[in-house]
Amino acid sequence: MNPPARSRERLGRLEPAALAGVMLRDVVLFRRYWKATTFSSVVQPTIYLLAFGLGFGSLVSRVGHVDYVQYVATGVVATAVLFSSAFPGMFNTFIRWQFQRTYDALLAAPVDVEELVTAEILWISIRSGVYGLAPLAVGMAFGLQFQFGMLLVVLIGFVTGFGFAAFGVLIAAVAKTIDNFNYVTSAVLTPMFLVAGTFFPISTLPTGLRTVAKFNPLYHCVALVRDVSLNTMGREDLLHAAVLIGFALVMWRLAIWQLEKRLIN
Amino acid sequence: MTSARPAIELRSVSKRFGEIHAVDRLDLTVPTGVCFGLLGPNGAGKSTTMRMLTAQTLADEGSIEVLGFPLPRESKQARMAMGVVPQLDNLDVELTCRQILVVFARLYRVPRSERAAAVERALAIANLEPRADTIVRDLSGGMRRRLLVARGLIHSPQLVLLDEPTVGLDPQVRQELWSLIDTQRSQGVTILMSTHYIEEAERLADTVAVMSGGRIIAQGTPTELVRAHAGREVVEVYGSPDELAELEARATANGWRHRRSGPAVAVLGAEALNGEAPEGVRRPANLEDAFVALTGTEIE
Repeated sequence: MNPPARSRERLGRLEPAALAGVMLRDVVLFRRYWKATTFSSVVQPTIYLLAFGLGFGSLVSRVGHVDYVQYVATGVVATAVLFSSAFPGMFNTFIRWQFQRTYDALLAAPVDVEELVTAEILWISIRSGVYGLAPLAVGMAFGLQFQFGMLLVVLIGFVTGFGFAAFGVLIAAVAKTIDNFNYVTSAVLTPMFLVAGTFFPISTLPTGLRTVAKFNPLYHCVALVRDVSLNTMGREDLLHAAVLIGFALVMWRLAIWQLEKRLIN
Repeated sequence: MTSARPAIELRSVSKRFGEIHAVDRLDLTVPTGVCFGLLGPNGAGKSTTMRMLTAQTLADEGSIEVLGFPLPRESKQARMAMGVVPQLDNLDVELTCRQILVVFARLYRVPRSERAAAVERALAIANLEPRADTIVRDLSGGMRRRLLVARGLIHSPQLVLLDEPTVGLDPQVRQELWSLIDTQRSQGVTILMSTHYIEEAERLADTVAVMSGGRIIAQGTPTELVRAHAGREVVEVYGSPDELAELEARATANGWRHRRSGPAVAVLGAEALNGEAPEGVRRPANLEDAFVALTGTEIE
């Protein structure tokens, strides 16, 4: 029981205690399924590297100054981040909210929608940041050189993952049924992950599409990851970072706004 | 905390969902330290009222105060000091009992040094110690319901909201839950319980408010409600459909309170009919008689 003095205290927004409570739930759950998640985040980039790096790489040996295996290994970081954030953002949110009613339970406790959404996104993006390293580790087995800049990939993966996890939550909040995710996956995420300079440079695209690609946050993630991993950082990386941070912030607020409209009636 | 301040106070609260007035200018005061039963048929507005108390549903009009905190502005503070047991099971099926309680101890800001003890205490209240490390998916329906109660009590709240606590449970499990709830009441926890089981309200509630059409239409102790709306005695008359129809017509003509009760017609307040009451089976009036008289609905 709270002494009156303490309970009279105004509780703020985005309280660390509330975020930690929601994330603790995620961590406990993760302890149950980390093997499957880790398996897929290592195996998937390996497959991409084998298919593109070795298969395609026999046709294309270099992109610009970069060896094609290195090009793909760094590109795949972005796809790993995208998939490990947008999908949990969509599916976890929808399932916990609509099927398991977990969010109903959490919101009856002293947790607000803003804290709930933020904690869920934070957890997903921390995971994305860490798993973003997997393709680089795999890439090293294929001859990618270690650079200290690669450690920044955790941070880049985190920020990018934050944006896409929030995007996923936003989609879950506006989706009528879980089948609606198919539209997003095929019409938004798939082109996004291909037209981002992951497997081929966007400079090979027609001018119109190239401009569109520059609005793709994943393109900026790919460029940044490549620059820090291959030690080719430059001034334009500030722009890439700014786009990723901006995307994350906008998606975060949109996700909270939309989910609050659905959760609180 | 002063005992003068009610635990819950709603003043002229309304909530519409489209055309439906779920809650309609509702006034409700739950004093501290009582078990308060909100009794009503499905669709009376009980669940909407419950959700408004945690600010998961926002009132269109009126004011709500919970434990002295105005809602929705300070709902988080209010939620900090109250426990909620929902009608629908929303447990994490992949976690164990203990893990769920640990998570909620954290969410309710139970200090680190007290957390382990709080979890053990909650497990003991719900009689779930032997199943502490069982995954929720593998628990029986009754155990899951007890775990929901334990989760709502993890932080020793001053106020507990129970939304249809025993709906869908078999009689034996229902008894277990009733004694669990009764123990909390005897320890001075304020309880607001919604139910559409008359027996549940009669057994547990100090005060019962009968809700219908989004409003409270009568309130009092179960005994007061029975006296006021069904009298002391009821005569139940059995007979052919024609005989029953004739009796109903006579009862209406004479201004007797009466209702259909399964295969019989029950005439309420029989003790006050000066010997004119029809022949039949005499029994004490109960809350169900009062409830049906009030709402015109027969429920379970």
